[in-house]
Amino acid sequence: MTRELKAIYVIWLRDVLRFFREKPRIIGMIGQPLLYLLIMGNGLSATLRLHGAPPGFSYLEFMYPGIIGMSVLFTSVYSAISIVWDREFGFLKEVLVAPVPRWAVAVGKAVGGSTISMLQATILLMIGPFLGIKLTAVTVLSLWCVLFIIAFSLTSLGIIIASRMESMEGFQMIMNFLVMPLFFLSGAMFPLRGVQPWMESLMRIDPLTYGVDAIRNIFFAQSPYREIMVQFSLATDLLVISGMALVFIFLAAYSFSHAK
Amino acid sequence: MTNIIEVRELVKEFSGVKAVNGISFEVSRGEIFGFLGPNGAGKSTTMKILATLLKPTSGYAVLNGLDIRANPQGVRQSIGMVFQETTLDEKLTARENLMFHGLLYNIPGKALRERMTKVLGMVELTERQDSLVRTFSGGMKRRLEIARGLIHYPKVLFLDEPTVGLDPQTRSHIWEYIHELRKQEGLTIFLTTHYMDEAENCDRIAIIDHGQIVALDTPAGLKAQVGGDLIRMVVKDKHRIKELLQKEFSLSAREFAEELQLETGKGEEFIPVLISKLPGQIQAISLHKPTLDDVFLKLTGREIREEVVNSKWLAKGRRWRK
Ligand SMILES: Nc1ncnc2c1ncn2[C@@H]1O[C@H](COP(=O)(O)OP(=O)(O)O)[C@@H](O)[C@H]1O
Ligand SMILES: [Mg+2]
Repeated sequence: MTRELKAIYVIWLRDVLRFFREKPRIIGMIGQPLLYLLIMGNGLSATLRLHGAPPGFSYLEFMYPGIIGMSVLFTSVYSAISIVWDREFGFLKEVLVAPVPRWAVAVGKAVGGSTISMLQATILLMIGPFLGIKLTAVTVLSLWCVLFIIAFSLTSLGIIIASRMESMEGFQMIMNFLVMPLFFLSGAMFPLRGVQPWMESLMRIDPLTYGVDAIRNIFFAQSPYREIMVQFSLATDLLVISGMALVFIFLAAYSFSHAK
Repeated sequence: MTNIIEVRELVKEFSGVKAVNGISFEVSRGEIFGFLGPNGAGKSTTMKILATLLKPTSGYAVLNGLDIRANPQGVRQSIGMVFQETTLDEKLTARENLMFHGLLYNIPGKALRERMTKVLGMVELTERQDSLVRTFSGGMKRRLEIARGLIHYPKVLFLDEPTVGLDPQTRSHIWEYIHELRKQEGLTIFLTTHYMDEAENCDRIAIIDHGQIVALDTPAGLKAQVGGDLIRMVVKDKHRIKELLQKEFSLSAREFAEELQLETGKGEEFIPVLISKLPGQIQAISLHKPTLDDVFLKLTGREIREEVVNSKWLAKGRRWRK
């Protein structure tokens, strides 16, 4: 087992070391969600009122958990898809020719990608109070756990896709036809209530829906608005995202081992 | 068993196109074995199959007594690989790259630190070990990759075009390392190149073209296939000397505007004989030993000029010709 653990550790450590050495990537990672929050949050809150929301409730507060979900989604998928490029031209070739099982490489990548997502989410959580969002220590700790599960399953999902991609050419397609729909259907940006039944079914099969819902469940646990913010119980959300994490990591390890 | 690599009828198809088309050969322990051939010949593909990165369409190969299909993990543990394109992580330092490699090969910490110090010294990168690889020159990266490929004491070191894109000085430097490494007990080196002159450094060469081995021998043996040495001379009376050569040595010289050309066995021994037979007749004389260029030309029937005209070769032809 030590060999496998070492391999997982190497893949993870590399992702983390690289992350801290890529200044533009860090700036982009924090800047993008901030822009979304500030521009869309402010712009939309001026024109849009949440269905049934009491006066004084800010749309920004509704958006904030969604934006964290969005960053985790984008970062996790991006980390995983970078495998394709790395496998063809980079360091991953060196890993694949080493005597380590492929599944350990996939798991290492899933842990690595999740860690990066978590770092980003942590920064966003630190910004929260400056936007007038109240966070307690318990909230932050629970969020960390939930965010890790979400990030882990999304990175695993990315690895499943990356195992089937031969080149980065398909990347835009994946972004347009998978990642963006996952994002919009999750209810991160606007509540999916009172929508058409077909859309609601799509929303219900979007794994990210439960992730975003879990985040909101924790965020608004003590809030009087909780009832209008969440759709499922926290238990349901946790069950779905944990199941998803397990299923996806197994599929990821399998697909990666059998790629090409 | 003296053969460390045995390959039988190896075939690799990419969507119906045979990149490797029935290759068989052996490499013996401690040998420097080279694949020489133009771009697209199938050199890297063969190497990747032996390194278990690609599955062969058909055929069979054994490395260090291990079947590459049945025991890929064992094969991977026995080999070091330096890919055609760099696989260093440029955002990590030289040391970090080596350390990650050691962890992947499950080398215990203390042994790993010792070996890292040793290989870094060997490729003269000790002073730059904590610099990011991004700041390295092409030659330094190559040296670091070779060092990395050795850390886990492989039985076979694969070098895919180890010197491509490097300046002549660095290239000869890399070759010094390769020769040094061979002295190391038990290490076999399998490399590919499309530089004719470099292939001469190998003990044996397989010339590969369109996925097939067209010749396999020592560099000297291959060149002997072309025929003899070429002697070119400028003489006073070409016609008379041509007849004389025919009569005395039964050699048929070819007459050109400026000179006579003739093919013989050992040219360096024949020239003194010629000079003493034809005192005062020879104004200039030169000896041209056959090169691997000549061998390739003869075996593939492809003129280098044709290669350049053919658009597929346009970009690559230049490097191939050097
Ligand atoms: N992954 C691949 N998919 C499709 N064709 C490939 C692939 N890899 C190599 N080829 C083709 O196989 C042939 C041999 O390639 P390669 O082994 O890289 O040649 P060399 O290393 O001798 O230059 C080339 O025609 C190349 O285009
Ligand atoms: Mg090649």
